Amino acid sequence: MSDTSHEGLHVPGYVRDHDTHPPLDYPLYKSTSLRHPQRPLTLLPHMLTEITSPVLGEDRVVGDDHDLTRQHDGEAQGQRIIVHGQVRDSDGRPVPHTLVEIWQANAGGRYRHAADNWPAPLDPHFTGVGRVITDDQGRYRFVTIRPGAYPWKNHQNAWRPAHIHFSLFGRAFTQRLVTQMYFPDDPLFFQDPMWQSVPDEKASERMLARFDYDTTEPEWALSYRWDIVLRGREQTPFESEEEVLEDDE
Amino acid sequence: MSTHPTTPSQTVGPYLHIGLPWPDGPFAVARDTPGAVWLRGTVHDGAGAPVTDALIETWQADPEGRFDHPDDPRGAKNLPGFRGFGRCPTDDTGSYAILTLKPGPVPGPTGDQAPHVDVSVFARGMLHRVVTRLYFPEEESANAQDPVLNAIEDPRARATLIAHREDDGYRLDIHLQGEDETVFFDI
Ligand SMILES: [Fe+2]
Repeated sequence: MSDTSHEGLHVPGYVRDHDTHPPLDYPLYKSTSLRHPQRPLTLLPHMLTEITSPVLGEDRVVGDDHDLTRQHDGEAQGQRIIVHGQVRDSDGRPVPHTLVEIWQANAGGRYRHAADNWPAPLDPHFTGVGRVITDDQGRYRFVTIRPGAYPWKNHQNAWRPAHIHFSLFGRAFTQRLVTQMYFPDDPLFFQDPMWQSVPDEKASERMLARFDYDTTEPEWALSYRWDIVLRGREQTPFESEEEVLEDDE
Repeated sequence: MSTHPTTPSQTVGPYLHIGLPWPDGPFAVARDTPGAVWLRGTVHDGAGAPVTDALIETWQADPEGRFDHPDDPRGAKNLPGFRGFGRCPTDDTGSYAILTLKPGPVPGPTGDQAPHVDVSVFARGMLHRVVTRLYFPEEESANAQDPVLNAIEDPRARATLIAHREDDGYRLDIHLQGEDETVFFDI
């Protein structure tokens, strides 16, 4: 894995995946205009600080953090859903024991946030925040409410498609990812600059969950599956062949 | 052999505060830890206005330059009470504050890197995080040898990564855009 000669310490870095991500300067999303760097980014070779990250354990998760419908005395309003999937890296290796954090609007499309004051009802039984640690196969599972679409002021008659915000650590600083999960067949994608900002249509489809009848629970909850792929290690001549798990779809 | 394309980044949006901050987020070490320092700063946009809905995350080595992580070829080393990771939303003045220990030098491919903290900035209006580094002003000779700082030719740009000493720690203001734009890295 490494070469600790007296000249220094080499560690294999992570693949760079620029093609996947939206640009920081994206005029259709108006708030980017004063918040994007104008000078080119400086290449940072991956060294120890970049290939490590905090090891966050079960102490970051308590009780009903995985079940957003049961965090209050009463049950949350709306369509109960399961959202589950596997976190892997781009070599197909599961990313086990990593923290997954989510936050979302309620069924009416409103966030429990002081700055969200559009006239949709708040649900006293729904906070909209969840956390889990992936299992040893990189799997995660939440029970929640299907979030509603909501308006915003980016452009005339602007609506965000229903989405759940996801935050992942992976096992390296380079793997850190904050993204949004969307639902299939949403009619609002055509006018949503967040969705449109991803340059490649195939890449934007990777933000899309799929309806998963097999794990839908009878008389309880519809299920959606969303697999998340983080950057994998760069291959080095030193690296022995490691077991690579096949895509199980 | 990268067979699976990665998942795209999206913005944290304006409501990150319900999901991301932790009560203990700003404390990479506990409050009373001897030698603890505050890393503070203000995030500015291209018009110079404070960015009041950003989130700062820091990641760094311990004072001996070690990480509690299995991929460090020197072995994982746990310093009790030290998380190495800080997370703080900016307040209504655009400011963040993270309590930590000053890291030690960290080995790199051509010798030691100067003590540094990797910093991520997330915000509404940013479709992807930006990443910078914080270096320490008293480490003049180590900074002069640092491969990352030395790759930045413009001395004024390099200076955007060097924190300023304050009574109880250090200050690194972050300018997302404009004349004083911080150096951000392709990570
Ligand atoms: Fe949102």
